[in-house]
Amino acid sequence: MADTKQRRVIPGTPIFDGEAARKGYALNKMCYSFNSAANRAEFVKDEDAYCRKYGLNAEQSAAIAKRNVLDLIAAGGNAYYLAKFAGIFGLDMQDIGAQQTGMTKEAFKAKLLEAGK
Amino acid sequence: MAKIVGGIVTSHVPAIGRAIAGGLQEDAYWKPFFDGFPPVQKWLDEVKPDVAVVIYNDHGLNFFLDKMPTFSVGAAESYSNADEGWGIPTLPAFPGNLDLSWHLIESLVDKEFDITTCQEMLVDHAFTLPMKLLWPNAGEAWPVRTVPVCINTVQHPLPSAKRCFKLGQAIGEAVRGWDDDARVVIIGTGGLSHQLDGERAGFINKDFDLKFMDSLVTDPAWATQYSVEDLVDFTGTQGIELLMWIAARAAMGSVDQVKKLHSNYHIPISNTAAGLMLFENVE
Repeated sequence: MADTKQRRVIPGTPIFDGEAARKGYALNKMCYSFNSAANRAEFVKDEDAYCRKYGLNAEQSAAIAKRNVLDLIAAGGNAYYLAKFAGIFGLDMQDIGAQQTGMTKEAFKAKLLEAGK
Repeated sequence: MAKIVGGIVTSHVPAIGRAIAGGLQEDAYWKPFFDGFPPVQKWLDEVKPDVAVVIYNDHGLNFFLDKMPTFSVGAAESYSNADEGWGIPTLPAFPGNLDLSWHLIESLVDKEFDITTCQEMLVDHAFTLPMKLLWPNAGEAWPVRTVPVCINTVQHPLPSAKRCFKLGQAIGEAVRGWDDDARVVIIGTGGLSHQLDGERAGFINKDFDLKFMDSLVTDPAWATQYSVEDLVDFTGTQGIELLMWIAARAAMGSVDQVKKLHSNYHIPISNTAAGLMLFENVE
């Protein structure tokens, strides 16, 4: 079904709406499962098997394999659930921010400090 | 009847949990944030509220996309924290207040808010860390009973600022109409400007945040003129959590009913502009 609703675009700012929620359900469900330490361990043991278990599509599995946040968002991922995925690798929000903005972590942190001036 | 003694609005980020666990309160990075809290802790020690209504947003601990209520109210004997996936230490469970929970539920539904009731509810860092910041020495025994009120900021469409303001007003009226001699504090947690996702990650808007904080003193409905999209534009994808502040401030009452006692604003903690305000209700 075509969605004819006019959506406001805020540059560089993904809105997790119904369209993303539909697209990203399996991916987000997998990331939600990472609340459990046992599930995190199972994922680490065999990532591909774990992605298959949750029924991720090819785009989602590839984005998981690449640890690419912008790709994960494009595949329907929601920031709050993706944060649990990032947590498995000990990545914090500055790592995630740096990756998405193409900056080094130091430059990204400097940008945050600058915002306070 | 129950009395609202005041209200507190503050930011929340998981990194605060790591900072507390690591004892980093005096660390140069964290000090300007933690230094905002002692005046609020002192006020709480003096005023000694019995119950806290805590308005917060869940980040995927209690709710998943299988069921995503717009507004939900806890109705449990106690509320536990749990692993959110990053290994920050969990905090002791929070005692509930079933009488206020059900009074609130009945009052809100009567005022046409179609809320979800939760007799089991895990509370995440957005609930637990502000409690720890406000009562750092609570140990295993929190000094207040709690009623969690959760607003969806995960999946759009989100409730409008106008709707959240009205929800807050209805919460305030319900608390004041509760046949109990409890002293109630309203807590709202979220914001201020920040954005975790997209090419605009790291976006912070100091000018808007300060204007917003000022509006809570002079004109608490000011932000309700804006759509959710406007507010995301001004404050970032997660800055929209300021909806919790709007609801909490509306619950406290009108401009004449409250007095601002304290505020703090610091950039950054993690990727977030951190705000804190304390209001006291006046007779």
